[in-house]
Amino acid sequence: MTDQPTPSFETAFAALQQIIIQLENTELPLEEALKLYEEGRRLSDLCSQLLETAQLRVETLSANATAEREAA
Amino acid sequence: MLEFDFPPLQPMIFSVTSLSNYLREVLETDEILKDVWVRGEISNFSQPRSGHLYFTLKDNEAQLRCVMWKSQTFRLRFDPKDGQMVEAHGAMSFYPAGGQVQLYIDAMQPVGEGQLYQEFLRLKARLEAEGLFAAELKRPLPELPRHIGVVTSPSGAALQDILNTLRRRLPLARVTLAPTPVQGAEAPAGIVSALKSLNSLPDLDLIILARGGGSIEDLWSFNDEAVAYAIRASRVPVISGVGHETDFTIADFAADLRAPTPTAAAELATPITSADLAAELLSINQNLSASLKNKLTILRQQLLLAENRLQRHSPAQRVRTFLQFQDETRERLERAMSHYLAQHQLKLQNQIDRLESVSPMAVLRRGFAIVSDAQSQQLISRRKQTHPNQPIQIQLSDGKIAATISGDTP
Repeated sequence: MTDQPTPSFETAFAALQQIIIQLENTELPLEEALKLYEEGRRLSDLCSQLLETAQLRVETLSANATAEREAA
Repeated sequence: MLEFDFPPLQPMIFSVTSLSNYLREVLETDEILKDVWVRGEISNFSQPRSGHLYFTLKDNEAQLRCVMWKSQTFRLRFDPKDGQMVEAHGAMSFYPAGGQVQLYIDAMQPVGEGQLYQEFLRLKARLEAEGLFAAELKRPLPELPRHIGVVTSPSGAALQDILNTLRRRLPLARVTLAPTPVQGAEAPAGIVSALKSLNSLPDLDLIILARGGGSIEDLWSFNDEAVAYAIRASRVPVISGVGHETDFTIADFAADLRAPTPTAAAELATPITSADLAAELLSINQNLSASLKNKLTILRQQLLLAENRLQRHSPAQRVRTFLQFQDETRERLERAMSHYLAQHQLKLQNQIDRLESVSPMAVLRRGFAIVSDAQSQQLISRRKQTHPNQPIQIQLSDGKIAATISGDTP
């Protein structure tokens, strides 16, 4: 798990929302619920961190790249 | 024309003022002169502090004084200057104090703009008829775009406006700029090519097509049908933000969403901001805790119920029940036994009493005695069994005594 690259905010956020839905299902075994909760807390912390540290990334397509794409 | 009914010998003489006023009245009531377009070149242009515009319109053979009140100038979409050919609309009147016939202008455009506008209307009508602007073609915008393409000039203020807005609202996003000229002959092809290039980025969510404000000629590249087709051919939705609020271009009609300005385009591109996400995250965090708490509460209740049920079926309880039964039984047993014993005790006593009543000892207690021969132990019940000086034994109720017969014998 730790080998995986940091997921994007959107991925983490979507996973977090999924966890909430699962947790609201009362049929869940307790152990699984606890695991989900921990995972939810982790994702939530990650999301907060990603939000706080986010900086707009701006790239520019070079004119050449534009031409190449057109040729392709 | 003034016509006089009286002889010229007695001409009617106007004051300058009344003649001037009459002239003004004539001019202002003329059907043509009160609503007229005129084309000419601006000269002697001046704009004093009052904000009103004064200039002369001229052609090769004539010139005309013109005034445009400040209150009308806000509609101007260009900066008039000397030498410029313009088409002006207004009403002719006479300015008595200056002794001048003037055009009071309420609208003015550079020459050619009217033609451009007609062209714009024709193109718009054609593309509309082709269905290019149909509402059902408009694609929904992503709520949370991760990767935003921007088609604009790399040196324009529009780009900075867009980047600043995105930085402020959603710094999570990634922006790819496809630079292109946004005015001039090369602009339409550049815009088309930039749109195509961005569409080759697989993870792009949205494109902003933008340009800052300018004259109608400046914005003309956005009234190009190739640009309109490229917008509709885009895989991802396109937001247009061209010029100012009052500017509408073909690109705006073709776009999935028209924003009044580049800044507004960046705002519409990010309906959800980082601040919204942070708030949402907070509420999710609370939900998360609440869900778990809720879950634990439910489990605890279920556990309690189960414990109660278990308790009812536990062996210990059965043993307790059994023991209680046992105790009761034992009590009954003992009660029965003691009753039985009491009954029998009574019967026994009766028997004993009866036995007692027939025992010789009882007779002795009443005063009788048993007499027996001291040697033979034979009971003596008759006189003939006795003789004088015979040693005898007398049994009384509480013991025996030895005696000798002294009296007569038979």
